[in-house]
Order: sequence, then structure tokens, then C-alpha cells
Amino acid sequence: MSNPNDVELSFTVNGRTLTRAGGAHLTLLRWLRDLANVTDPKYGCGEGICGACTVLVDGQPVSSCIVLAAQVVGSSITTATGLGNEDGTLSTLQGAFHEYHAAQCGFCTPGMIVTAAALLSEERIHSREEIRASLHGNLCRCTGYGPIVDAIESAERGRTR
Amino acid sequence: MKGTGDTAGRAEVRTSKLDELRVVHQPLAREDQLEKVTGTTRYAGDFSLPGMLHARLVRSQVPSARIVRRDVAAARDLPGVVVVLLGEDVPHNTVWVDVPGQTLQVSALRASMEVLATERVRFHGEPIALVVAETEDVLTKACQLVTVETELLPVVASPDAALADGAPEVHPGGNLLAEWEIDHGDADACFATADVVVEGEYRTQLVDHAYLEPESGVAWIDSDGVLTVRVATQVVEHYRDVARILGLPESKVRVIAPYVGGGFGGKEDMTVEPYVALASWRTRRPVRMQWTRDESLLARAKRHPMRMRYRTAATRDGTVLGHEIDITADAGAYAYLSALVLLYSAVHSCGPYRTSALRLRARCAYTNNPPTSAFRGFGGMQVVFAYESQMNRLASVLGIPPGELRKRNALVRGDELPVGQRLETEVLLPQTIDAVLERAGPKPPASRPGTAVGRGLASNMQSYGRLVWLNDSSAAWVGFQVDGSVTVRCGVPDIGGGQASSLAQIAAEVLGVDVDQVTVHFGDSALTPLAGTTTATRQLLMSGNAVFVASSILRDRLFESAADELDEPVASLRVRDGVVAGASRSMSLVDSIAACRRRNVPTEALGTFFGPKGVPVERKLSAERVFPDFTFGTHLCDVEVDLETGYVTVLRYVAAHDVGRAINPRSVEGQISGGAVQGIGMALLEEVQVEEGVNLTGGLFQYLIPTSSDVPDIEVIVLESGEGLGPFGARGIGEPPIGPPSAAIAAALADAVGAWPHELPVTPERVLGLIASRSGPHAELSGA
Repeated sequence: MSNPNDVELSFTVNGRTLTRAGGAHLTLLRWLRDLANVTDPKYGCGEGICGACTVLVDGQPVSSCIVLAAQVVGSSITTATGLGNEDGTLSTLQGAFHEYHAAQCGFCTPGMIVTAAALLSEERIHSREEIRASLHGNLCRCTGYGPIVDAIESAERGRTR
Repeated sequence: MKGTGDTAGRAEVRTSKLDELRVVHQPLAREDQLEKVTGTTRYAGDFSLPGMLHARLVRSQVPSARIVRRDVAAARDLPGVVVVLLGEDVPHNTVWVDVPGQTLQVSALRASMEVLATERVRFHGEPIALVVAETEDVLTKACQLVTVETELLPVVASPDAALADGAPEVHPGGNLLAEWEIDHGDADACFATADVVVEGEYRTQLVDHAYLEPESGVAWIDSDGVLTVRVATQVVEHYRDVARILGLPESKVRVIAPYVGGGFGGKEDMTVEPYVALASWRTRRPVRMQWTRDESLLARAKRHPMRMRYRTAATRDGTVLGHEIDITADAGAYAYLSALVLLYSAVHSCGPYRTSALRLRARCAYTNNPPTSAFRGFGGMQVVFAYESQMNRLASVLGIPPGELRKRNALVRGDELPVGQRLETEVLLPQTIDAVLERAGPKPPASRPGTAVGRGLASNMQSYGRLVWLNDSSAAWVGFQVDGSVTVRCGVPDIGGGQASSLAQIAAEVLGVDVDQVTVHFGDSALTPLAGTTTATRQLLMSGNAVFVASSILRDRLFESAADELDEPVASLRVRDGVVAGASRSMSLVDSIAACRRRNVPTEALGTFFGPKGVPVERKLSAERVFPDFTFGTHLCDVEVDLETGYVTVLRYVAAHDVGRAINPRSVEGQISGGAVQGIGMALLEEVQVEEGVNLTGGLFQYLIPTSSDVPDIEVIVLESGEGLGPFGARGIGEPPIGPPSAAIAAALADAVGAWPHELPVTPERVLGLIASRSGPHAELSGA
């Protein structure tokens, strides 16, 4: 029987294929942070409550702290650093988060903006209540949420305040 | 209050015309937010170094015990474990806590705690052993192999139990940690002549900061031999504490604070610092420690639960005459900052109202509960729940609208607080009341049968700046680069409130450059001038003024040189948009900087700002000045109560504060919105559950903070008196907004269900209890 520590897992992370050995027992969050040095998904609670570790797995927002890397091996992972435009400029969503002060301490932001990106990918206008409901798995302790909702609303409507 | 150099000129600042401000007062998107929204910020726990080790604490599983035996042999022998350290391995195994003003009550020794407990543990989660290993996986196994045998001792589970005769001593010498008294005016006469007396007992709970970023840091010995700790902290000056623990010169320890993922006071005391520092010093390798959420909830100091007994005397027309107040707070197992937190409670106890008489006693006691210390509002916020509930009940008894009652009693400039401090700046409290009432309009109807809607109002005052006998200061270095861009160095830790970017705005305003031309280096005890703690709502006051002072000195140097070059009087010069201009001639900023260099005029300046001074207080409080100044505000909320389930929906929330001057209006709105929601969480949801000293709250699935679905948009109203002591007339706004929510929500619930909440959080269960009680008269009418 082969040593499980030798097992290699591969993911496409923000468009790049990453292969690492020895992470078969890790959560996706630890695989990304500890093995692949992708540190924008954050550890906030380790139990799937706070949402700071949210990443997109094949387009769907997932709490990476409660998913084993091996469960989703081979999938395409998008993290907050993968949301910018290819030319390095801010995406509409990032620009709205910036303009509306949707980040204060910023620790929830990588997870929050990934969840928001998934919402935006539905390509329809959501009400403020729908936006709030979609964010209920992403805790923020600084902003009171209003500025985050403002930013998402603005990004959806392509307007600025 | 003044800065070094001679150009600080608060008078000049305060008369700055709003329409002349180009950078300050603009709702700019912040530099720090640019990297935060792109996910590239490297927080303390994101940092790693080659060869880095990992460290974790083995903590006490029991709240009160004598340590009989510690066996670390099995852990030490595990392959991959580098070292396991006990208290005996710490050069100076003591974390000291300075408790000024209570020297008669608390000796320095009694205020201390061990870095790693050796003989006695006093709370569930107290650190006992430090395990250092090559990998996190090994660490997990090694911690399980550490054996700690204990002999259980009695648990002191509450302040009342602690202060009872014959109570077991948590620390030798008795459980009373601190006591403050205020005896102002003739309280007996007030109560004898009062038309109405309102009595109430109010309880607040153990609350956790619950910032999203758990405590974390990396320590290493840098190439210069300096032990360097890059850590999530509000206080880079803890390098001194680390040096004392390790027996090193202070100059050989450096603390770097990267952007911090939330503080709220929870990163004011040391967290991981002594442990990563010790581990790195011993192993000579980089070491990282990151607490789990469980550890954070278990062991990091929290907000003091308080029991506040109030008696309030008033006349029929609603004039408050005086109070009798008794406050008892749970300090938990170690002193930390409890004595000072309680002092804040005492000084803020009567709120923003004229009070001719006060008899107050405030005590805090050691227990075997989790330690309590700094938390946004710092003892000045628990009392808001009490004094504003008293005001709302008084309004109800007298049939006077709550806003009107407050306006009749509102402090004005020149009034003295019961402690003796005179208010030197204008108080816009009535304007904040009018603002929220006007914004709110009429109370909405119930949305469906089986619910009731209620409205509540609460005001507060909260100090900004540190206690005046602490000799507070902040220093900042500001320099021009050759190309006209500006470098600011200031030791302020940036914990997410825009601390660094506000400084950029201030420097840009004074020096006439665009804000994107300014770079702020912050939070490094070795390379940035020390700016003091990002606590006590002090950084805009202290470091804002320090940057203002330094920038003003630098601008004067620029003008001195440019005046000669242009043959224009200094007084005629202005710098704006990269041009230094006199009445008729001008030159580019870049040329002016070059002229300075030719003339041996420095193109940099160090500014130090000193806070207002005062003398330390005695146990019986009476002082001409305790705090630099205060910030005032009023919140209003509408709630809808499901009468069957007790579930509370916050329908509407309006918050108004006089911030003096908004350096960045959007950052100010963010502080108010976030503070209000954190306060709503305390009012309705949050409590760390402890039973006989055992902390039962193991994670964020048990400790509920507000989600996006739990709160409405916070409607923020920013008033600007221009009266603050900060640059451009700014007041501090970090802590103040967390004060009013619990009292505002309590009043709204009382309006909806007809009974007053006295205990937080007001959970659905407690709401149902209120509905069932429908208590009778709220006040005892005395006198005629």
C-alpha cells in the first residue's frame, strides 16, 4: 500500500495548475494555504460558519475549511486573487468594494467577494434583501454589512454612487 | 496640549474653511482597501519564512486547580517535535500589568500573571505548556501527549461569590481587584426632594470580540540579531513586555503590526507575542502561532459582565437631580485592564446629562471565569444600557417624549461631570436627537397580526483619547522625496478603521499634494516613530495631530526656502497641486524641494503630539480632567416582535454622532455602521456561556454574531461641530457607536411588549419572559 503522504493532488487554482504531494488528509483550505501558499482564503472558524475561507469550486461558493482537498480533487478553484481583470485592473466588483468601503479590516473580504462573485454570475439584478440573504454565510465584524450590500448592488447595476 | 515645533496651531486648523479642504473631508477610497479587495494583503497568519516552525499552547482543561505534575517527555520524544517549554523555561515568567490609580488596592505583583502556569491555574484555557514542532500535524499529536495532572480547587464563579465572606481566594490577598467611588453633591437631599425616583438593576453579559482574524503571529531572529515579531496587534509597544519576559534589552526586540484583521480591544493585551518570541528565541528559528477559533473564544480576555444598580431622582418636569449607582464587574481570573475599564464605567456612569449629585461605588472582583479586559467602549459602554434605560423609564413615567427629556438634561459646554471634569467643547447632543427623530419619521405599523412594533431611543457619550495622567504622546515623521511625493512614518497599528489612510489624507492636505502621492509606513516599533496604541479612540487625536504637526513643520521649511527663491513673504505662500505660489510668483514643488536641499533646509520633519495632561486619580474619584474630550451621539431603532416566538426583527436603525470633522466621511460612516451592528449583536445575540468556570462556548456556531440577514442598513447621520481636539476639529469615532444600541433596542422592546428588559442579551426566550411578565409600574413615586 502506498504512503498516503505521497499522493499527489492537482487543482486548477485561478487558472494555474497546481500539483502538491502529501496533502491528501488536508482540508482544501489547508491544502491551499499550507501547501500551495495561496493565502487569500482565510481561516476564521474552521467549522464552516464564518465564510472567510470561501472559494469557488467549479463556480460554486464552498467553505474550504470543511471540505477535504481529496473530495474535490481536479476541480477548478477560484479565490479572491483570481477575480481581477486579466490586465491587472480591478474588476467591476472589486472596484465597487473599493469605492464603497466594503472592506474595513479586510479579513472577511476574500470570502465575501467570492460569494458576491457567484451572485453576480447569475446575471440578474437582485434585491437588497436577496443580496443580504446570499451573504448570510459570510460574517463581517467591521462594516455592519451595509457598505458590502451597497457595493454588490452597485456592481450589479453597473452604476456608481 | 501641544505639539513640538511651533506650527501646530490648533486655532488655525479649526478655522480652516471647509470649502478650502481638498483631500481631508473627501470620501476617498482607501489605499489599504485596494489590496484588501484584491485579496493580496498578508495578514499576520499569512506570513511564512523558510524553515519556519509551528507552535501551540497546551491549556488548562479546568478553571481552578493546583498543578500537581506536568509530563512532557512523550511529547518531546515525538519525531518532529523541536522543543516543549514550561514556565521554568521562561526567563522571566511574568506578564506585568500596570494598574495606575489603584496602587493601594492592587500591587504590581498581584496584577501579574504567568506566561506559562507552573503551580496554579485560575481559568479554563490558561496556558501551561508551549509545544514547538516542524509541522502542524506533528503539533496536534504532540499537544495530546502532554500530561497535566491537577488537584481541583474551589471555583469562584461570580463576583458576588468572590466578594462573599469566606470566599476562596483566587489570588492571595482577597478577591476585590479594584474599587472606585464618586461622592458628588448631596445625593440624600436629591432623593428627599425628588418628585420621582426610578430604580433599576441592569446586567450585561460576557461578550467576545469575535473579530474574523484569530490571534496569530510569526517571530524570527532577523539578520541584525533583533528578535522580530510580526503579529496581529493593536500595540507594537508590547516589544517592551516581550523584552522583559526574555530578559533582553528593549532595543533587541521589534514588533511589526501588519494590517490587522479586526481588533476591538481584543488585540490590545498581548496574545501570541510572548509565545512565538520565546519559541523563536529558544530554537533560533522562525516560529508561527495561530490560535484556533476555539482558543480565541476560550482564553482571550473578553468584555466585563456588569451588574449595575441605579436609583435616579428627578423632578416632575423631567430634570434629573442625581443618581445612586452601584456597579459590580467580573474581572475574571487575572487583572489585565479591569481596574481601568471600571474607572471608565464610573466616569461615564451618568451619561451626557447634567447631574447635580452622584453617589457611586464600582467594584470588580477576581473570579475563575475567563479574564476580561479591553473591548470597544471599555466600560464606558455597559453603563449606557443602565443610564439610558433609566432615562427611558423616567420619560415613560413622566409622560415626556424620550428625546425631549434628554434635551432638557443635556450637558452643554462649560458643564462639569460629576467627577469634576469640565466640558470644553460644544456638545451637539440635542442636534443628534433631532436628527434621528427627523430621519425616522413616524413609527411603522406592525407588518402582520401577532407582532408588535416598538421604537427606542438612546444617547451616549464616550471619551476619546487616553486617561490624561498616562502622558500620552504620538510621533510621526514626514518627508518629501526628491520627486515631490511624500513619505510618512508613524507607528500606528492599522486595525481596519483607516488609521493609516487618514494620516495620508492629513499629510496630503497640509503639503498640497494628491493623496496618492503619500505613502504611510506604519506599525513597526523599530522603523516608525512610536505612536502609541490603536485603542481608546486615540489614533486620530494623537497620530492625526502628530502628522499634522510634522507636516506643518515640513511645509514651513519648504516655505522658508521658497520665500527666498521667489522673493515673496512667507505669509503669502501657499502650496497646492504641486505648486508653491506667492502673490505674484510661483515655482514647482519639486523645484522648492531642490531649493531646500541647496540651502541645507531639511526636507523632513519629526512631529510629536502630546495629549492633555492631568494628575492620577485616587480611589475616591475627583479630578479636573480624566479624559481629553468626549464624543456624543444618539441612536434610534424600530423593532418588530413576534409575540408567539419572541423573535425580534430590527426594522430600522438610525445613528447620529457629532464627529467634529470627518477626515474621511465614508470611513466615519463605516465606524458608525459597524459599531452599531456590533452593539446590536450584544443586545440580542451574543453571550459567552460559562458554567462554574467552564467555558462552554466552543465556536462561532455557538457564539452568534450578527449576519447580514440579522440587521437592517444602518442609516448614518454625521454631524460636524468642528469642535474636536483632533486635526481639523475631528473627534474620535471608533468606540462611541457601540454604546447606544443595547439601550435603544431595550427601549424599543419595552415599547412593543410593555415590559423593560434588564438583562442582555435579550434573547427570544427573555422576550417571551417579558411578554409574560407585563410588569406593573416602573417607578416608585415619592414625595408629594
